Amino acid sequence: MYNRASVWNYHLMLLPGILFLIIFSIVPMFGVVIAFQDYQPTLGIMKSQWVGMENFSYMLSLPDSRIILINTVVIALMKILAGLIVPFLFALLLHEVISVKFKRAIQTIVYLPHFMSWVILSGVMINILSLDGIINQIVQLFGFEPIMFLQSNHWFRPLVVASDVWKEFGFSTVIYIAALTSINTNLYEAAAIDGANRFQRLKYITIPSLMPTVILLATLALGNVLNAGFEQILNLYNPIVYQTGDIIDTYVYRAGLLETQYGLATAVGLLKSVVSFLLITLSYALASRFANYRIF
Amino acid sequence: MIRGNSRSVDALIYCLLTLVAFMSLAPILNTLAVSFSGKVAAMSGQVYFWPVDFNLNAYSQVLHDRSFFRSFGVSVERVLLGGAINFLITVLMAFPLSKSGKLFPGRNIYMWFIIFCMLFSGGLIPWYMTINKLHLLDKIWALVLPTAVPVFNVILLMNFFKGIPKELEEAANMDGAGAWKTLFTIFVPVSLPALAAVTLFSIVGHWNAFFDGMILMQHKEHWPLQTYIQQLIVDMSSLMNATDAEEVKRLSNMSSQLLNAAKVMVSMVPIMLIYPFLQKYFVSGIVLGAVKE
Repeated sequence: MYNRASVWNYHLMLLPGILFLIIFSIVPMFGVVIAFQDYQPTLGIMKSQWVGMENFSYMLSLPDSRIILINTVVIALMKILAGLIVPFLFALLLHEVISVKFKRAIQTIVYLPHFMSWVILSGVMINILSLDGIINQIVQLFGFEPIMFLQSNHWFRPLVVASDVWKEFGFSTVIYIAALTSINTNLYEAAAIDGANRFQRLKYITIPSLMPTVILLATLALGNVLNAGFEQILNLYNPIVYQTGDIIDTYVYRAGLLETQYGLATAVGLLKSVVSFLLITLSYALASRFANYRIF
Repeated sequence: MIRGNSRSVDALIYCLLTLVAFMSLAPILNTLAVSFSGKVAAMSGQVYFWPVDFNLNAYSQVLHDRSFFRSFGVSVERVLLGGAINFLITVLMAFPLSKSGKLFPGRNIYMWFIIFCMLFSGGLIPWYMTINKLHLLDKIWALVLPTAVPVFNVILLMNFFKGIPKELEEAANMDGAGAWKTLFTIFVPVSLPALAAVTLFSIVGHWNAFFDGMILMQHKEHWPLQTYIQQLIVDMSSLMNATDAEEVKRLSNMSSQLLNAAKVMVSMVPIMLIYPFLQKYFVSGIVLGAVKE
């Protein structure tokens, strides 16, 4: 059935990519052994002392561990929820627009932040949220004192979620819009003939036909419960808001690369990788079982 | 009556959408206006969406900033090199993987391997140590080789290749074309929109990346632009953890809000230039990638 020469060439084509994956993905996976060591860079993996689960028990004994886990999960869940609802509502509004030109203009604008890096968007956020920034001008217009938003534990989490929505809501509507365009227009015509008004059409046609997409996205989001957005938070946070904004990834970065506690940081990272892997596998299994979803 | 009601609902929807679009652009517009404003106006918060005391001082200062342009150059180099590597790897991997297990025994083993690499990682520290061991630190290769395989792009293009009619390949085989010739003379030319999409994905990814530059490049001269901006603005603002408002004000003056606004704006330019293509091919690319078996 298959052609021997072609198959040989197929292996050859895959070779470079597979080599890169082995070097930069698989080799580091073996590096996780230092999670069980008192790793000293001067001694290396071979000579550093084995300490068993000591890094893990030390991690659990740290008072910060609880705070970091809570921050991570709370921020991630708030983002998942907002990231499902806002694009959904926006897609519904956009679906009601008849003018193609208007629709396209709106889409062009709201997709833009998606393509900007968190460095740039944080630069913009820091600009508008500074004490002399435009947001504080508006706050003062209403007679309040200016607020140091990014230095406030009260404001930090909402701002992280809001800025994440700002970056991604437009682009996230793409999937909903694709689902909306696949709705059979006969349904709307039949409903119009039966005298359904636009709210009834929304309620009985549009929303039900989006539900499978919403459920699929919600299921897949399960894999992100420990991903609160490393690049974003790294660019927005500061020591004052560690209490509400420090997450697993930023902690691993600081403990490992800035404070050179390699063993501890690797242990924390490993725990996160394992739990995330299980969650993603579970979410894919659920999605393929109930929504017939396959990525490959 | 119903019609009138419907029309006012329409008006409401149009207003709402316009407002949302304006709000997502407003922060950027404000930063743009600040970058063109006079120092005093910017510091005292008089600028909304139009420059006050219009001038180009901040931009002329950026033009004279050698380290800004050096980092700009590093980023361009990274995008060209990294984009080319990503493109080649994506094409070469997507083609064999788009074959069925019958035509290519072993295909599924490769697929599982790639998916595993995508879903599981050893974490930041072992990754950093691996790159360190390979003596890649401070070299441009550290920015392009670890990201050489864009797994998501491979899957996207693979799904696109699956949708190409089998007859095309069979005809090529009949004429004696081997796997390589089939890939580059049949598959690549008919997949240009999908290739444009994945290439743009990787260009934007490389342009926007800052973290690898931050930890893998020890010398400032090797920082890509995003890393340079990150260190300049974001790290500066985290210094402002002084609780005293006056102190914060002094530091924020030092960090020169105005100049930073101009730098942020200049670093947006490349993305803006390719934005029309991005919009066209990203969206179609996402839809294309959704072609399933």
